[in-house]
Order: sequence, then structure tokens, then C-alpha cells
Amino acid sequence: MRNPNEIVAEALNAIQSCPDLPSLEQVKATYLGKSGQMTELLKSLGGMPADERKTAGARINEAKQAVEATLKDRRDTLLQVELDRQLADETLDVTLPGRGLARGGLHPVSRTLTRIQDLFRSIGFEVATGPEIETDFYNFTALNIPEDHPARAMHDTFYMQGGELLRTHTSPVQVRYMQTHQPPLRIIAPGRVYRCDSDVTHTPMFHQVEGLWVDETVSFADLKGVLADFMRNFFERDDLPVRFRPSFFPFTEPSAEMDIGCVMCGGEGCRVCSHTGWLEVLGCGMVHPNVFKHVDIDTERYVGFAFGLGVERLAMLRYGVDDLRLFFENDLRFLKKFTH
Amino acid sequence: MQFPESWLRNLVNPALDTEQLSHVLTMAGLEVEASTPAAPPFNNVVVAEILSAVKHPDADRLRVCQVDVGEASPITIVCGAPNAAAGLKVPCARPGAILPGFEIKIAKVRGVESFGMLCSTKELGLEGAADGLMELPDDAPVGEDFRSWLNLDDTLITLKLTPNRADCLSMQGIAREVGAITGAEVRLPQVREVETRIQDTVPVLVMASEACPLYLGRVVRGINAQATTPRWMAERLERSGIRPLLAPIDITNYVLLELGQPMHAFALSRIQGEIEVRMARAGEQLKLLNGQIAELAPDMLVIADANGPVALAGIMGGQPSSVERFTVDVFLEAAFFAPAAIAGRARRLGLSTDSSHRFERGVDFGATRLAMERATELLIDICGGQVGPITEAVAVLPQRTPITLRLARLKRVAGVELDTEQVVRDLTALGALVERDDNTLIVTPPSFRFDLVIEEDLIEEAVRLFGYDNIPAQPPAAPSRMLPQDETVLPDDILRQMLVGLDYQEVITYSFVDPAWETALDPHAKPMPLANPIASQLSVMRTTLWGGLIETLRHNLNRQQERVRIFELGRVYASLAKQPLKIGGVIYGEVLPEQWGASARRVDFFDLKGDIERLFGHALDTQPGVHPALHPGQSAELWHDGKPIGWIGALHPRLVQAFDLSSAPMLFEIDAQVLAQRGVPRHATVSRFPLVRRDLAFVLDVQTPAGELLAALREGAPAQVRSIDVFDDYRGKGMAENQKSLAIRVVMQDTQRTLTDQEVEDSVQKLVETARRQCNASLRA
Repeated sequence: MRNPNEIVAEALNAIQSCPDLPSLEQVKATYLGKSGQMTELLKSLGGMPADERKTAGARINEAKQAVEATLKDRRDTLLQVELDRQLADETLDVTLPGRGLARGGLHPVSRTLTRIQDLFRSIGFEVATGPEIETDFYNFTALNIPEDHPARAMHDTFYMQGGELLRTHTSPVQVRYMQTHQPPLRIIAPGRVYRCDSDVTHTPMFHQVEGLWVDETVSFADLKGVLADFMRNFFERDDLPVRFRPSFFPFTEPSAEMDIGCVMCGGEGCRVCSHTGWLEVLGCGMVHPNVFKHVDIDTERYVGFAFGLGVERLAMLRYGVDDLRLFFENDLRFLKKFTH
Repeated sequence: MQFPESWLRNLVNPALDTEQLSHVLTMAGLEVEASTPAAPPFNNVVVAEILSAVKHPDADRLRVCQVDVGEASPITIVCGAPNAAAGLKVPCARPGAILPGFEIKIAKVRGVESFGMLCSTKELGLEGAADGLMELPDDAPVGEDFRSWLNLDDTLITLKLTPNRADCLSMQGIAREVGAITGAEVRLPQVREVETRIQDTVPVLVMASEACPLYLGRVVRGINAQATTPRWMAERLERSGIRPLLAPIDITNYVLLELGQPMHAFALSRIQGEIEVRMARAGEQLKLLNGQIAELAPDMLVIADANGPVALAGIMGGQPSSVERFTVDVFLEAAFFAPAAIAGRARRLGLSTDSSHRFERGVDFGATRLAMERATELLIDICGGQVGPITEAVAVLPQRTPITLRLARLKRVAGVELDTEQVVRDLTALGALVERDDNTLIVTPPSFRFDLVIEEDLIEEAVRLFGYDNIPAQPPAAPSRMLPQDETVLPDDILRQMLVGLDYQEVITYSFVDPAWETALDPHAKPMPLANPIASQLSVMRTTLWGGLIETLRHNLNRQQERVRIFELGRVYASLAKQPLKIGGVIYGEVLPEQWGASARRVDFFDLKGDIERLFGHALDTQPGVHPALHPGQSAELWHDGKPIGWIGALHPRLVQAFDLSSAPMLFEIDAQVLAQRGVPRHATVSRFPLVRRDLAFVLDVQTPAGELLAALREGAPAQVRSIDVFDDYRGKGMAENQKSLAIRVVMQDTQRTLTDQEVEDSVQKLVETARRQCNASLRA
């Protein structure tokens, strides 16, 4: 019988020099398999005297445990090596860009429109729409602009060959809405409008948002409150100065123009505000009784205010766009600046 | 309306500087659009006379001048101007003067010491000929400060007046307004009535008295039309933007500016017989002062004599009867023409005159006679002559009926209580007659206010003078009610965001397009034409979004953008009643942006179809159809609820060529309202039992659309079939030429129990049978 110690030494040596898992399994078979050396040793115990057998058995078992423990350590080591190699093999250059589609973006005008709508919706304004090809009645007459009124000349109207016109403002939506809804009313009407004018600061098509609030107790003070609140939220500037100047629109009275402190120069005076420190941003006023008469609203019971703001103007100020015409050239290099 | 500040200050002089005055005007609704100095800043310039000018000893082009600057002895100045000559009066900058851009010092010029500079208009930053020295009139006072002599420390104020404030189209009106706003005293010009010396008149017959309720005429004989217009008047005219022409014309222009009353002076010798104020007759013509021959319409008011029209009333005089240099006798006209009789006519003739601008908006009929007297006074003072009596034709003038202003209403509209005493004072300052009751004011507006008719007009005036800025901005109180949210309609911005997520960029293109695009995309399109397009390529209303989208594609391809994916949400236009909202898009170029690790492939029909299916959230009902703009073999009409709702497809090869593209863009256009419609989700029990999947390969005619087979299978499917989908379309090797194989995946499941093999087999048999019967499809061997 071989000396167990010898076998153990040999086995441990073989285990430690195993380069991989298959050879380790082979070494295991050589020593611990059915006819492995350690197994054989155990088998030989059967031919020993009983008293010797006990101590020899204990010795052999001890040796076997030592081999098994080493075997396990080696296996763990080799598994770890293998895993390390797999991880190394599978390592990516994670700095490469991701695959697939890019992301599109909203047009800055529609982004601004959405922002305006969200702000007004948050205080209960509903969104209403109306046709862009309009009749003279809705665009002018019902808004207290009779034929040959000087205000018509200021509108540079596009006419259709069939006699209809392209709405020059979103105000006709007021009339259409009041014809079909009873007060109290609180709406905004966003959309395209058209003026027969094209130069550096005018495009023949642009966007407006009309607002209308009709109720028993709205006043000029409320009008000022709502619009000042809107501008400060739109520009996210709590300290934005605002002012209201008397103006004239046939469909409101009293009428006002609203100015905000120039957001480009902070009121110091710059090219954008023509060095006045103020920017004219919208027209507004209390709904003229003649407009209410056209839609059968009792002027004794109800009062209302209305406003109309230019969307491109707000978009330009908000995003620092210095040329109105960029909005309708649709150059992707320009539009992509608004994708995030 | 432009005017010099000095003129206004002459009438009303509040204790405010120019900037404060501008602010006050703007905040009262008379927006100061521009406020520019009459001359740029300079100093130390005096009126001087050249006493002698001799050639410089060492320079051919220079002259050494002895110049009288109003001091004891003349000074020497070297000057290079060709017009420097003895006797000429010129502006002279003294040493130390600061001119626009440079400073004057004593300097030696080619060895001769020069004590200043004789100036051209350009050197002083003034308008006028730049050649040589500025030549001053003989009466220019030598030695006097040049700025103060020409009143150059003045400001030109431009008001952007709203159409309702016709009363502020005159100095008198603006002065009155400034008086009301600031409380400063207003000193209107005192008008002297000139004594009548002759009895000559021209009979005036007003035949259209509604259009012309008041007409004043007066003969003045023996004037010198060539008399020099006084400098103060010429200066005020020029600084108000009117070029002085001839004294009598300058005078009527001056009265127009001063009092707001447009006047006209006819050459009396050119008037034959009586003056008639009547509507034009069909076919009448008139050669106007500007040389234009106006074709008169029966709704145009004219001043006519025995031979026909001599002036277009309230708009422009006729050339044949106009005052000229040698005119000796004139007929002066001051009238009130009703706004309704003038409005719009000038515009129709392509005209806009100072006169029509005022009459359209309303001229003060209470000051017509004053204006006539004022013009007479100035004419006699400047041109001499003898004055005849005023002929007056008067009919029914506009009424100024008292308006009731309820103080409670005022408070309700303003949102704040205004001091009644102050309101009375303000309205009175505006020229109104105010009577006070307990709760109301009875207000009679003045003749010059055409815009004060109803209670709201007075509320506006009261609030305006109170100051819009003094009204508090208050957050309104309203009952809190939630807005309805229709869950079955997808909001526009969500639809947009979905396309953005699919890598589409939103664009906004013009609603009016080139008619050629419309015809190219659909030869039968009948787009609505504009009557007055801004350009021929923007002259019809689009009936499809594709024109603008393809143009946007081309615009970007020309700017090296090779992969374009764009969409637009906007209306197309068929008629007043039909302007549906559409969503349309174009994809072009590679499927993916150029990137590592993904092979390049150009977009095709199914890339687009997949995007649209994701947009709808379900499979599309596509049916064959032919669209003139699309490839007949790569296009489909989309249906929803039994109605066609749009198209998708590849641009027709003919148009790919016509639009000069190198490959076909994929296009879609869908009714946006239908696309936005959704159902409200309903829960259905999720089965706990196993799914069974069976793959079936059918062989069928190559012409039979997959959609037809799917529809047949789905319709005939037993209840436990959960889904039927295509997962392969094979044709070619191993298949007969006119056949293809479609691989169909059938998924079955019962909600109550596990399906038996027999049940699965029966279902499959049923489907196979349906395919055979309806689509002539057999299972592949």
C-alpha cells in the first residue's frame, strides 16, 4: 500500500497545476474516481486488521478531505478565471453611440402655442378653433368693423376670388363661439392668420392666440391681472414689468396695448425694443357692446374682455430668434435647435 | 402725424421735458412712435458773412476768406468750398465748436492760420445739398447763433394715432389733449376776421347735402401767389413732413395741420359758372393734382363747375383748376364732408391724402368757419389781395346727443371706483359738456369727437385719463370648474409628440401654395385662388399638405440634409365650409441616421406604414386605390369605419423626376380628426391557461393580397383564436412563378381551461378550410 501522504502530495501538486476545468476533472477522476488512487486506498482498508483499520481509515479520510478541499479551491479559482475571461471578451466600448432612430422635434411656433395653451388652460380657459377662410361678416362686420372703416385698411386682407377672405386675426372665433355657447365663457383660440404683407418683419401668414372671458363680473382690472400673470409665467420672470396703454380696436372698449419690459436688454434699451426698454406684445380690451349685440348676449348682464397675441413674436423673444422669416423657411438646421 | 415739439409748446407748455411729454402722450393712447432731434448736436456755430475770398498763396483749391462773425473785426478762415465768395452768408463754426464727428481748432492750413470753419449742410448733419457751403438767405442775422436762429433745438415728434382719434390730427387737437392730460393751460391761435372788401362770390349748389352738410366758399382777388412763405411757416410745414410749394398752397396746408380742417384753393379763373357739390356721374373723369386721371364712380363726391368735376371732394383737387405761380384770384373752400361719403374712395383710387385721411375719420364741423377765417387771414398777410364774403351752404350736421354715463357701470367695467369729481373734470377738459346727477353723468361730446357715441366710449375716456396704469392688476375670482377632458380624442400635442418620438421633425408651411404644385400632385385639383396673392407661387389655397412638404424636402436636400423626416399638422382648404385638419408627412433617405453597427438602407413603403400603424396603435385598414401623386404599386388608401381617411405611398416616379429628386420620398396624409379618435379601454380577463401556437404556411396566388387572407382567416376564426398574423412572405425558388407562400402564426387560448389537442387540430382544420375556400390557398407541402 502506498503511503497516503505521498498520494496526497502528488494529488495536491496535480490539482494545483491544472490549467483548466476539464483537466481538473481528470485529476479528480485519477484520485477520487471509482478506481482512483484514494478510492483504491480506501478499498485496501478491507484487508487490514481491525485495530489498524481504524487509524488507517481516519488517516486516509483526512487525506481525502484535504484533496477535496484543494480541488474545490482550484475549481473556484478556475471558474473565476473563466468568468474573468468571458467578461473581458464581452467588454464593449460603451462610449460608442446608441443605435436606432434619432428624435424629431416640434416646430418652435407650435411649441410656443402649446406653452401658451397650457398656461391658459391652467386657469380654466378652453381651447376653441374656427375656420381660416372666413366671411367678411365674421372677420369684420360682427367685430364692429363696418365696411369702409379705416381699421379695415390696416388689416391688409387677402381675399379669395369667390369673395371670402383669409382671416386677418383669430377674433372671428370669438364671434362663432359666442353664437353657439352661453356665458360664462372662457376660451382661447389659437391658429393661423393672414395679412397681405411680406418683408423683414412681416410674413403673409403667422399665428395668433385669441382670448375671451365673458362673465357677470369681469373687469379691466381682471384683464390686467390675467395678462400680467400670463406674461410673467410665459417668460418665467416674476419681476417682469408690464404696462397697459390706451389703444383702439373696433371690437373692444376700453382698448389697450400691453407692453412688457424688454426681455432682451432688461429694459436698458436695445435694438429689439427700439431703445425704448418696452416691447409691445398684445392688444386687448373689454368686449365692445356691438360685438355682444351681434351674438345676442345681454350687455347689461355680462361683461367680457378679449385679447389677441402674436405667437411668433413671443417665440422670438423667448428663444432669441432674430429673424421672423426663419420660422417658415423650415430649414432643418434651424428647427433642430428646438428638439430638446 | 409728425410735428415739431416747439409748435406744440407754443400752444400748450406743460412742465415736462421732451421725454416726459412723450411718455405722457404714449400712456394716454397717443403713442409716440418716434422722437428725433431736428438737428444732430453741435455748438459754437454762428451766422457769418464772407467779406472777401482770395486764392490761397500756396494752394490752388483753397481760398483765404475774411469773415464777419458779428464781432468788431473780421476773422480769417481758409476754405476749400467752390462756392465761397464775397457776400455769401454761411454757417461758421468757431474754434472750440463740436460738430457731428469732429472738433474745430485754430489751425494752420498751408501756412495760413484759420480761425474756424465755414460749413456745408453735411458737416452740420443737416439735410440738403452736400456740395459746397450751406448758403443762407440774405436776411440771415450775422453773428447770431446758428442753432437758435434756425430753431434747431427742436424735436420732431411722430404720433402713431389710432383711427378713432381724428381730433388729434391737428396741432389744436393735440394741444387740447395735452391740456386735458397734464392740466396745462391751452392757448389756441387767435384768429382775426379780415374785413370784406369786395362782393364777389361763386354760387354754391350742394346737391348731395347728406354727403356734404356744410360748404363754405370765399373769393379772394389780387393775390401774389409767388410771395415768399414766411420762414416760421415753412419750418413748421417741413418739420411736419410737408414740403413748402407755393404760398397759397402752403397756407391751406398750414391750416390743415393747425386746425385739422382740410381746405382747397381753386384758381378762380378756371371755375366756370356755379360750384356744384354732387355725386360723380358714370363715366366722368378728373385729372388730379398728382397727374393721375381718376375714373369716377357714382358713389364719389365731387366739386364740379359748369364743365364737370374740378375736385374729388375731400380727397384731392383737380389739376386744371389748381393754383399756380401766376394765379391772381382764388376761390377758397372749407367744407365738412361726411366720413361715410369719403371713406374707402381714396383707397380704391390708390390714393391716401392728408385730406382724405382726416375726412374719413371725421373733421370738426364746428371749426369750419374758423379755418376759413384763419386761411383768409394768413393769405392776406402773406399774399395780399382783397376778400369777398363767405358763401355758406349748410344742411343737417351730425348731432351730438347727450350720453348717459352710469357711475356704477363705470366702476363695474373698470374694476375700481373712480373719483367722480375727477371724471367730470377730465371729460370737461376734453371739451364735453357734463351735467351731474346722483348716479349718472349726462355728457354731450364736442363736435370734434366722432368717437364718443355710447356709454363705453365715455368709460374709456374716463379710464384713459385716470391712467390704465392706475387700475390694479388683480387675479380674477371665478368659480373653480374643471375643464372637460374627452378621453376618446387624442390632443393635438400628443399626436405631435408621438411623431416626434418616431423621429419626425414638425414643420409649418404656408397655406397658400404654387398652383403648379397642386396640378402636379393632382391634375383634377381645383384649389381656391386668392384674388390678391402676394406672389404667384403663393396664389392658391392648398388642397393637400404634400406640396409644402415636398418643397421643404427639396429646400433641405439643397442644404446637404440627406435624411429628411418631416410632418405638418394643418388645414387644407376646399371651401368655406370644408377646411379639414390633416396630418401629413414625408420621409426620405436612409431609414436610420448614419451610424456604426447598422447597415444602411433607404426608407420604403413598409417603414412608413409601420410608423403610421404605431401612430394609430393598431393595424391599418389599407385598401387598393389609385392616387395620381403616388406610385400605383406602392400606395394604399387608408380606411376607418368604412370611410376613406387618407393615403400613404411612394411618390410617383413621374413626380420624382418632375421635382428633381434622386429617389422617391414616402408620403402620408391622414384626416387628423379621425386619427385622434380613440376608444376608452375596457378590461378583459387575462387567461391563466397555456397559449398554443401553430404556424401554417399557405401557398396562394401571388396577386392575392395578404390582407385578404388575414381578413378571411380572422373572420372565420373559432372563438379561442387570440391572434392571426403574417410572419413571412416567400416567393421565388421552390415556388411556382405565379405563387407565393405566406407564413401565418395562429395563437389560441381559452379563458376557462387548457385546450385539448383535438380542439387545436379542429381549429386549424377550420382555418385551413376557410383559406382554401375563400382565397384558394392550400397548406404548403
